[in-house]
Parts: sequence; structure tokens; C-alpha cells
Amino acid sequence: MFESPGISYATLWPVLLVLGAACIGVVVEAFAPRAARFNTQVSLALVGLAAALAGTAIVGAGPHLGVATGEGALIVDGPGVFSQGLVLLVSLGGVALFAERRLDNGVSAFAGQAAALPGTPAERTASQRGLEHTEVYPLMMFAVGGMMLFCVSGDLLMLFVALEVLSLPLYLLTGLARRRRLLSQEAALKYFLLGAFSSGIFLYGLALVYGFAGSMSLSEIGAAVAEDGSSPLLLLGIGLMAVGLLFKTGAVPFHSWTPDVYQGAPTPVTAWMSAATKIAAFAAMLRLFYVAFGAEGDIWRPAIGVVAVLTMLLGASFAVVQTDVKRMLGYSAVAHTGFLLTGLLGVQNDSFGSTQAVLFYLTAYGFATLGAFAIVSMVRGPNGEAGSLDRWAGMGRTNPWVAGTFAVFLLSMAGLPLTGGFIGKWGVFAVALGAGQWPVVAVAIGSSVIAVFFYVRVIMLMFFTDAHDDAAVVVTPSYATTVVIALSAVATVLLGVIPGPVLSLLVDAGGFIG
Amino acid sequence: MLTILVLIPFAGALVTAVMPARPKMWAFGFAVATLIAGIVTMFTAPDADRVWMEPLGVHWALEMDGFGKLMVLLTVVLVPLVMVAAVKDHDKRWYAWALALEAFALLTFLAGDLFLFYIAFEATLIPAYFMIGQNGGPGRAKAAVKFLMFQLGGGLVLLGALIGFYVVSSQAGPPSYLISDLAQLDIGTTAERWIFVAMFIAFAVKAPLFPVHTWLADTTEHATPATSVLLVCILDKIGTFAMIRLCLGLVPEASAWATPVVVVLALISIVYGAVLAIGQDDLLRLIGLTSLSHFGLITLGIFAATREGLVGSILYMVNHGVATAAMFLIAGFLITRKGTASISSMRGLEKATPVLAGTFLIAGLATAGLPGLSQFVSEILVLISAFDYHWLVGVIAVSAIVLAAIYVLWAYQRIFTGPPQVSKKPVADLDRREIGVITPLLVALLFFGFVPGPLISAAKPVVDPLVNVIQAGE
Repeated sequence: MFESPGISYATLWPVLLVLGAACIGVVVEAFAPRAARFNTQVSLALVGLAAALAGTAIVGAGPHLGVATGEGALIVDGPGVFSQGLVLLVSLGGVALFAERRLDNGVSAFAGQAAALPGTPAERTASQRGLEHTEVYPLMMFAVGGMMLFCVSGDLLMLFVALEVLSLPLYLLTGLARRRRLLSQEAALKYFLLGAFSSGIFLYGLALVYGFAGSMSLSEIGAAVAEDGSSPLLLLGIGLMAVGLLFKTGAVPFHSWTPDVYQGAPTPVTAWMSAATKIAAFAAMLRLFYVAFGAEGDIWRPAIGVVAVLTMLLGASFAVVQTDVKRMLGYSAVAHTGFLLTGLLGVQNDSFGSTQAVLFYLTAYGFATLGAFAIVSMVRGPNGEAGSLDRWAGMGRTNPWVAGTFAVFLLSMAGLPLTGGFIGKWGVFAVALGAGQWPVVAVAIGSSVIAVFFYVRVIMLMFFTDAHDDAAVVVTPSYATTVVIALSAVATVLLGVIPGPVLSLLVDAGGFIG
Repeated sequence: MLTILVLIPFAGALVTAVMPARPKMWAFGFAVATLIAGIVTMFTAPDADRVWMEPLGVHWALEMDGFGKLMVLLTVVLVPLVMVAAVKDHDKRWYAWALALEAFALLTFLAGDLFLFYIAFEATLIPAYFMIGQNGGPGRAKAAVKFLMFQLGGGLVLLGALIGFYVVSSQAGPPSYLISDLAQLDIGTTAERWIFVAMFIAFAVKAPLFPVHTWLADTTEHATPATSVLLVCILDKIGTFAMIRLCLGLVPEASAWATPVVVVLALISIVYGAVLAIGQDDLLRLIGLTSLSHFGLITLGIFAATREGLVGSILYMVNHGVATAAMFLIAGFLITRKGTASISSMRGLEKATPVLAGTFLIAGLATAGLPGLSQFVSEILVLISAFDYHWLVGVIAVSAIVLAAIYVLWAYQRIFTGPPQVSKKPVADLDRREIGVITPLLVALLFFGFVPGPLISAAKPVVDPLVNVIQAGE
């Protein structure tokens, strides 16, 4: 007998809405006249994301929360819905940044015609005609849909499908920069090749875990792990799956793509991707490890601890020697992955556990990184963005508001009190220390000191150093970008001053359900 | 009411930052308002505690005991005085940051919740960093970064202790960061010692103490004297304040365990700071290094943990704040006249500027612990406790008085005595504004030199329970 799986549309409609909007976007691309595409796509994306965001709020407050659907393939529980909402919030900001056309003389940050080779007449024609790729919006929506599924995947296959759905558009978006196209294309190729490898490794691990447990469902794997947690098949499977996820989050030793991609991708893409991918990947990782691989975590905790230590130390140390602001933020993202992994070492409990700590950290980091990259896109020279940090010197004098806001984001990433980053850092360190992981916490504190150095150095450069002759100019952006930056800054400060509401929301959301 | 006391300077900082006309007057007005509020709150009832971040057990809890009153008073009196002294060579950004610094410093002295204390402790660094980096000599940017790296390094180590308290507290029941709740906790010996080490490192950086003092001399040399007053006389006091409130108050057994090491570090600071000060040519650097020596004495008094020592240290913190503020400000007046802080380029100023020379001598002798000036009382109390602890410690600590006499008098001799320099521009004596700034400080030095009673009676009720706990432990 074959029974069709029951699907609870009451909990899944926000995801379907986003994927539906993505499909409509493709149709618009095919049929709408060129002149109307930009406005149509932007409004479609904004409306779709906003409606989905409202949807996650309704689902989160609704009676169906925590019900497994699709034969257990999807489990829409508290933390899952929270991370979905977070991805959507960040993506709304992402669309606003994608749509920015005032910074570069009326064209977007994306290539006029991606198929035209860099430096050819075809490329010149494309830019003279003011062409642009509005496909980026449907691509982004597909990736958002994949991320939302990734947050609530209840079995291994869904996990893999969601991973691919979210990854493929990202590879493509990375290669679409209008300026410095070779760098962008190189980054996209690197990201794609390494990403494809890591997906393959993830799939191999998935097969091994299935071979061990005889089931795809995370909760059934969890039951099997509780019975026998020392099978080599299982350990190998966990290791290989972890590689796939650690690659996506940019953990050492799978981090080498991060600075290249952060630098090469169009800055709006970097802004959105650095926040959203991390949220989705950590939500999936938390669920996978806590539900499937044993909440006690004796099997995987030592290995993750080692990775966390390496990630923090290498990320922070390499960031110190960077001279390009995007690369610096890229390495700082690696260091933040290390701090998040530290939070993963804690345990789930019904008040403030690992899930809460990591998700709060992601909230704070998401807003800070979105705002920081948005500001990076505004600081420009004659040939596009001024990436080199020397050219940021003296910005505190010429543009005190922009430099001050950037300083707020940097201080939040450095974990200074009165910013969200501090509460986030406190949280991940506290849960790890509560689980007895004091050596990792000690390294984390040491790495934080190193990390503080390069953030503070940028602030020093902006406020205490005189401008050079080729100093970068801050271009006034459209309202969309301004609003994104302002809201991110407000959120960063509010999360530090009154984090109570978000913390309570997270505590109420509870732990992951098997 | 205490909340209002913290909010006034904070609001003042915002107003000063955005006010287009006469921002410095606004800043001064808010500083005076804070001074009034500070005095009024000494006689009002404490605020009720409010829950701030429930899942973490954090409260908005402010309290003011005798020790807190002294520190608050020192802060609210110094800030307006410094503002008057700074008016010529600082812009409105400095004034806004100074008010922000005052708000956060007051918050640390009033915090009844460890988390709140930590937030304020770290938040003071942001205004301090900008005050150092935006005003002062050519080396200021580097000095600001060095300052911030030391302080944030110490702060992050303190974060370890903060989290340690949370872990212990949440294992015992619902977590709470109220200092009164933390004092009831039963922490295991090993955990308590680790927590102590983390806290002590942070407070030793702040205070500062050998070997984490190196930021102090660079900062005082490159920052403006007005900034240095706020840093050394107010901000650094948070370090020694927290040693008493948090090290002795929360982990007394571990504090007793660590006392021998702390005493050695304190002795090294006393002698080393004083010897370095003697050899300095830069006047501001010299004053910074004398503070290292004084902070060594304060720490010695705290960890000797006798009644005299603790009372002496609390008094010392107030008196050192007043005396060193006077020293920095007078040095600042001197430097604006000469255009340099180098002692070797000054000579024979006594005749041209008798008032300046006189005030310098009084403030300097107060620093050196001359009887009749306030620092003498506290120094004697600390030295008594040092002899109680061990006679050898006492002997080494006494050398501080001799060395202090050398660095003060020799500096005076080099700057003010001798034949006057032949120069085209005559050097003017202190004007009325400058005399107005210095007079209250010198009066306080004289007054508390002869009448230390009010200070002692404020400090004593705070000290008694601490000493009782420590002696019960022994």
C-alpha cells in the first residue's frame, strides 16, 4: 500500500509563497518588457518576502507549530520558524541593497550582460545600453526558499535538496559583479567548485549515516545513535556531513573560499549572503547535531571543539593582516563562525541553552554584517568601491555619520557592551562554559582580543588619521540603502540595550523537535 | 533618583553633540546639574531593582553605600572643574565624550548588578578612546589604540569571570547577577580562584599595576592633561573600587589565597613607578608614572585587608584623585604657556609665575604625602597595614615616601628654580579662570588633611563587614 504523505500547508505556506514568487519572477523575466522588469521584480520580491515574514509570525504564534509534516521531512518548530523569520528579515534588506542604482550612475551593482566576456566590445555595448540583469531577484528568491527549507528540514534528503537549492543561485550571484568582473568570476568559480565538492562529500556522509541507521529521518537516526553511538560507519558519516555544513559556514579548514568570495561578489550579494547563509546553515547544523547525532554530543563535541578553536584563531589572525575592507570582513566572518561553533558546544535546555545562544548571536551578527557591507558599497572612488583600507582614512572627519554608523557595526562585531554583539558573545561563551568547555572558551576570549584589534584599527583610521589625496568619497545612496543601514544600526544597538524581548522569544521558541 | 543621576550626564552628552550654539556651556551646565544631583542623591532613598534581561538574570539595580558616595562625589566634582580647565583647547566632541564618560563611570560606582557593572565598565572605554584619539600630541592615535587594546583585553578576561558567575548561579537555581545574590553563592575553591584571577587581571590593567601598566605612561604623555585627569583620577579608580567591591566582596577566600602575589606586584609598582618617574623628562609622563606608584600603595592597602589598610585605601583613592587632578591641570597650564611638556626646556619660572609655582608645590607635596595635606592620612594608614602584614613589606613601601619627595621636589627644582630663561615672550601667571579651577582642589587637599573624619566615617561601614568576613576565613 502506498499512502500519499500528508502535507500541512498551514505551516509551510510562507516557504511556498517565496518559491512561488521566485517562479513568477522567472515568468516576468520571460514576458515582461525590459523597461518594466526592474520595478516588477523588485516589488514582487519585496511583497513576497514581506508576506512570508508575516507568515512566519503567524505560523510561529499558531497552533500547528512543532508538527512534523510530509512524513517527517519537514518539522516546523520554534527555532526553525525563528531562523526562517531571520532569513526573511535579512533578505528584505538584501533586496533593498540589490535594487540600489544611485551609487553607480544609475546602474545596479550587477553586470550588464553576464555572458559578455570582460573587456570585449560586447561588454561595452551592454554597459552603454544600460542593460542589467533583473534575474538576480528570482535567483535570490530561490536561494531564500532553499534557506527556509534548510532551517526546517527533518530528514537527510530534504536537508540535501535544500542545501542545493540555496547554494546554486549563490554561485551564480557571486559571479555577476559589474566592476572587477574577473575577480568576481574567479570567486564564483572557486565557490562553485569547492561547493560542489563539499556537497558531494556531504552526500557521501549522508549515505553512510543512512546505512548506519536505516532511516532518513533525523529523529529515527537520533534513536539509533542513542542505542549505539560508536559505530565507525556513523562516525565517518557524521564527519563527512559536518564537512559539508562547515564548508557552508566557512569554518577552518574549509574556509579558504570565504575571503575570495566576499571580496569578489557584488557587495549587495556579500551583505545579504554573509548574513543569510550563516543563519540557515547554523539552524540546520543545530538541528542535525542535536536531534540526529545525540543531544549529549559526546561523539561530535570534541571534533567541533577543535574546529571552533582553529576557526577562531585563524580567522582573527588573518583578518589582522588584511588591507582590503571586504577581505577583512570576510576573515572576520570566519572568526565569527568559530564563535558560533563555540556556542554549538553547549547543551539544549528549556531556558537559555545552545539554541538560544547561537540564534541570538546570528541575529546580532546578521544585522551588523548587513549594515557594514551596505556601508562598504557606499564608499567609492573613481573605479567603483574603494576597498583598500588606507582610503578610508579620515572618513570620521568628512562623513561623521557614516563613519560613526560603521563604527557601531564594528564595535558590535567586536562584542562591546551596549551592542547586540556583546549579548551574543556572552551567550555563546556562557553555554559553552556551562557545558564544561572551558579550554575552548579560553581560546575564544583570546581570539576576541585579537579580533578587537583589527576592528579598532579601522575606527582609528577613520577618526584619528588624516585623509590622503586619493581618499574615498561617500556617495549618497537611495532611500532603500539608507533605511537598511539605519534599521540595522538601530537593531544592533537595541539588541544590546534591551535584548529582553528577543531573548524571551527565543526561550519561548524552545529547543529543536525531533 | 540614582537612575536620574546617571541619565543627566548621558542626556548632556547627546545634547552637547547636537547643539549648534554654545555646546560647551551646555556641557558645563549638565555637569553642574550632575553635581547637584549627585549631592541630592546622597540623602534620598535608593531605587527599587528592576529586572532588565530576564533569561540572563540581569537587573537594573543601583545602590550607593559610603564608598560609592565618595567615588560619586569625586566624579561629579572633578568633571565640571576639568571642563573649565579644558575650555581653550578642546572642541565640543571632547565635551560630549566627557559627559558620556561621566555617565558610565557613575554607573560603575553605583551598579548593584555585576552584569550592569560590566556593561558600564566596558562602555567607559568608548568615550575614553575617542577623547585620547581626537585630542593631544602627534602620537595620540597609537596611544589610543594601545590604551584600548589593554583595556579591552582586560575586559574580555573579565567577561570570562562574568560568565563563570552565571554558570555557578544558574546551577544553583534561577540565574541572578545581583551582587547581593552572588555574594551568597557557594562557589567551589577551584572555580573561585579562576574567577578571582580573571577579575584581578582586568582590574590590574585598569588600575594599573605592574606588569600591565605600560599603557598608562604612553596615554598620559600623548593625551591632553584634561583627558588624563578623567582617565587617571576617575576611570582608573574603577579598578581599585572593583578590587574592594568585587574581589574582596564576592570571592574573599580566593583573594586571601592570592594576597602574597598581589602584594609583590603592588610593591614592584610602588618602587618601579616612583623610580621611573624620577628619570622622566616629560612632565605628563612623570605624573602618570607617579600614579602607578600610588596605585601600588592603594592595592597594597586593599589586599593587606586590615581595617586600617582598607580605610586608608578608600581615602587614598579620593585624595589621589584630587591631588593628581591638581597636578595634571597645573602641568597643563604650564604646558600651554611653554608649548612643550619637556622639563629640560623649562627653567627659573618661579619669578615670572609665582602663583603657578606655588600651586604646583602644594599639589606636588600633597602627592608626596606631606603631613597636613590629605594624602598623608591615607598613606600612613596604608603603611600601618603594610607593617602589620609583614615588616619587610612595610619597609619597602615606606620607600615610596622618600622617592615621592625626590620626584616632586626635583621636578620643582628643575622647572621653577634657577636663573630665568631669556626669552622674548614673557610667561604669564595663572589667570582667574585657572585659579578658580585649582583653588577648590587645593582647599580640599588642605581640608581633608586636617579633618579626615568625614571620609573615614563614610568608609568605615563599608570596610567592617569585609574585614569580618576575611578574618572569619582565617
